[in-house]
Amino acid sequence: MKIVLCLPFRPYLAALLMALLVVLPAAGRTAGFEELVERLPHGSYADRAKVIDAISRTGDPRAAEVLNALLEGRLHARKDDGRIVILVDSAGGATAIDALSGENLGGVLAGSTEKIKTNNRLRGMLRTAIGALSLMSPDRETRLMAAQSVFASGDPANIEALDAALAAESDRQVATALAEARAVAILDTDAPVEEKRAAVAILRARGDAAAQAALAPHASDPAIGNEVREALSRIEQAQRVWAIAQNVWYGLSLGSVLMLAAIGLAITFGVMGVINMAHGELVMLGAYTTFAVQEAIRGAAPWLFDWSLLIAAPLAVLVAGSVGIAIERGIVRHLYGRPLETLLATWGVSLILQQAVRTIFGPNNREVGNPSWMSGAFEIGQMTVTWSRLWILIFALAVFFALLLVLRRSFFGLQMRAVTQNRPMAAEMGIDTGRIDALTFGLGAGIAGLAGVALSQIDNVSPNLGQSYIVDSFMVVVFGGAGNLWGAFAGAFGLGITNKLLEPWTGAVLGKILMLVFIILFIQKRPRGLFALRGRAAEA
Amino acid sequence: MKRRQFLKGSVAASAFLAAPALVRAQTAPIKVGILHSLSGTMAISETTLKDVMLMLIEQQNRAGGLLGRPLEAVVVDPASDWPLFAEKARELIEKDQVAAVFGCWTSVSRKSVLPVFKELNNLLFYPVQYEGEESERNVFYTGAAPNQQAIPAVDYLMSEDGGGVERWVLAGTDYVYPRTTNKILEAYLKSRGVAPEDIMINYTPFGHSDWQTIVSDIKAFGSAGKKTAVVSTINGDANVPFYKELANQGISAEDIPVVAFSVGEEELAGLDTAPLVGHLAAWNYFMSVDTPENADFIAKWHAFIGDESRVTNDPMEAHYIGFNMWVKAVEKAGTTDPDAVIDAIVGVSVPNLTGGFSTMMPNRHITKPVLVGEIQENGQFSVVWETPGLVVGDAWSDYLPDSAKLISDWRAPMSCGNFNVELGRCGGA
Repeated sequence: MKIVLCLPFRPYLAALLMALLVVLPAAGRTAGFEELVERLPHGSYADRAKVIDAISRTGDPRAAEVLNALLEGRLHARKDDGRIVILVDSAGGATAIDALSGENLGGVLAGSTEKIKTNNRLRGMLRTAIGALSLMSPDRETRLMAAQSVFASGDPANIEALDAALAAESDRQVATALAEARAVAILDTDAPVEEKRAAVAILRARGDAAAQAALAPHASDPAIGNEVREALSRIEQAQRVWAIAQNVWYGLSLGSVLMLAAIGLAITFGVMGVINMAHGELVMLGAYTTFAVQEAIRGAAPWLFDWSLLIAAPLAVLVAGSVGIAIERGIVRHLYGRPLETLLATWGVSLILQQAVRTIFGPNNREVGNPSWMSGAFEIGQMTVTWSRLWILIFALAVFFALLLVLRRSFFGLQMRAVTQNRPMAAEMGIDTGRIDALTFGLGAGIAGLAGVALSQIDNVSPNLGQSYIVDSFMVVVFGGAGNLWGAFAGAFGLGITNKLLEPWTGAVLGKILMLVFIILFIQKRPRGLFALRGRAAEA
Repeated sequence: MKRRQFLKGSVAASAFLAAPALVRAQTAPIKVGILHSLSGTMAISETTLKDVMLMLIEQQNRAGGLLGRPLEAVVVDPASDWPLFAEKARELIEKDQVAAVFGCWTSVSRKSVLPVFKELNNLLFYPVQYEGEESERNVFYTGAAPNQQAIPAVDYLMSEDGGGVERWVLAGTDYVYPRTTNKILEAYLKSRGVAPEDIMINYTPFGHSDWQTIVSDIKAFGSAGKKTAVVSTINGDANVPFYKELANQGISAEDIPVVAFSVGEEELAGLDTAPLVGHLAAWNYFMSVDTPENADFIAKWHAFIGDESRVTNDPMEAHYIGFNMWVKAVEKAGTTDPDAVIDAIVGVSVPNLTGGFSTMMPNRHITKPVLVGEIQENGQFSVVWETPGLVVGDAWSDYLPDSAKLISDWRAPMSCGNFNVELGRCGGA
């Protein structure tokens, strides 16, 4: 206004002011941005929230980078002069880049800078702010992520940016995400009822939990309440159907874990009739082998990390298998036909193994990382499938069929079946029964070790790992019917799926109790389990 | 000459012979019992506490011992076996004649040794956060009571900084600590105006490892359009698969934060913490607290254990405080006699590691600051909130109708752990 008033007086001044008029807003904006960034390290989280909000409104081209660094914890303040720097990892440690000028300030010593802290609330804000700033990014993935984080915030302030982005968007998936983000934001404004109805329809089409969360607060809105309630009930209905599919998937996944844990026991207990209480500890040894392999890889060859499980698998078979053979040769073979003594002796072995691992590796949990191909999840419709669980299921099936092949098709399998079915006759035929016993026990133990490799991905790697699986393993083998691999297969998946279908109704504790009651009743009725052996083998 | 020499010699000799007996009475070591599981399921948490006690005793000895006598640690292993705790406690007190015992982790182990300490009149220093609802003459609770951990944590999450949480999942392992804590929290949340349908309570068995269903339930519960948080009293090993499942199903701390009361630096040491950044824990101490006392403690711990990568945690600080309180009380009483120390210790104040002082209150609990920290990539916590002052441990929760009317004061003339103010007599509800 002042400028307009000045204009008639001095033409040259007017020219100067015109020049200023062009420069000023930009200059003012820049100064504001710089001042705001300098203010970031100071004050409480609430103050920082205001500053972040202000920074995102400056429209400064550097804003996205600074906010992103703050989100990732790379924005630091130098302790000596308070300069705000962005730390970038480089070959010889971290390098500092001036957050404002972009000037490279060289390497930084650890402890010479202080991280500008964020909390959950600030990180949520930052993600939205960065999202709004990167809606026009040339990279498709970035735009998609941006649309999703704007969706999560539902902030009406972003509608303008969303409209602009929608107009420019050519990719269909991104455009849908943008429209959904816009729909959430519209619901919180005074937009006309028609527009809000359209927004409800868009969210109804999306139909997932996030859409539900966005719609739920508007269920009692006088203008669009009916539509919202209808959309919510539709979404809930669809989710109920998906929930059943999800539970069956969880059941399959639990079943695969149970089968992995039990399949080694199906050989030692099921086929050989040895009650091996140290079975769980053999699983634990497999898990610790994975840990040791990963440690070695971290130290020597980090690029191999994604292959660590494949390297660990044969080693785990070797470690657990040889411990198994040692147990058989040292203890179990002297106790054949004396199940009670075997039980006590192997239980003693389990305690020894536990304490040995505790002494060597310490009592604490050990960190076993997930390779990149086993991290995260993907969605099928409204169902989440985690990669680690999927791979474990595939792995369990692979182990099962490989074992089946060994028993049915290989010469060793033939000898093994001969020895377990009729020991004196097998010995007469020239089979070294002692050697076959040791190898069979070793095979069962080695497979327990393989199970340990897989279980290290979803459970704790601690000396207690084995204890949590021993009861479940016996449960599966007894339920499925001793002496039959298919019994273990059916037992594991049957128990897994039943357990997971029960759990939503009864809770985890009661679910487990009900399972055990069910098994007790079942065993009363069919003492030999699901797949009882018939004929002469059953008499043995 | 000869006779004199002989006399001198014999005097010297008799003095020399008599001295050890005299000296022994004055310098016989004071025995301190350490009752922590070194094998079995609880070894994961308790072994460290045994080590920190050995370190504290060694330091005290280097500083001249106590009452001019050296301290001697007597370590026993109750092997995570609850009845064995009582046996070992009896052994420590009767056979080894210890002056005080530092030990126990789980509430059930504490309950199992209680009668022994009462019968044989000895002192137990209990360093772990617990469910409260107890105040015994012989037990000193140096860990947090629910009002020193659970309630401030919930207050933080309700605040604007904490995200203004309106919907709550109380998830716990199925035993006494989570059940009681959740009962207190439920009553507290309702008193703060949270509707019953906005509270979901879930219990799981010990060592639960398949969290798929529960995590997806939490996800569904959190999609009602209100900010949701999980308050976790999940114990021990079950935490690792729980957090892994949360990360796998893509639930980040910004969507649904989890605040845990049993997850500290030690538990995180076995985890890839990158996907957990932002999840919370409430304690009275974090290793990352920047005070000279703490830096000194960590340096000494690393030197003692000989491993720079070992972490410190809240129960370790509780033992640090408890041990120093006991030392001060013994000095004040001038004897290790349990009755004298029990009387002397009330009101004793010692520095804690977060830059303040903790005081033993007449209800056997101590004053502590409450800190809420967020998990960082490096497995440490960054403090995002703390109580403005110290919080006095409350033995009997104000939010449970039966215990609200109970108070505890072990000083004469009340000398009662559960005085009923309504009935005006000692003896509980």
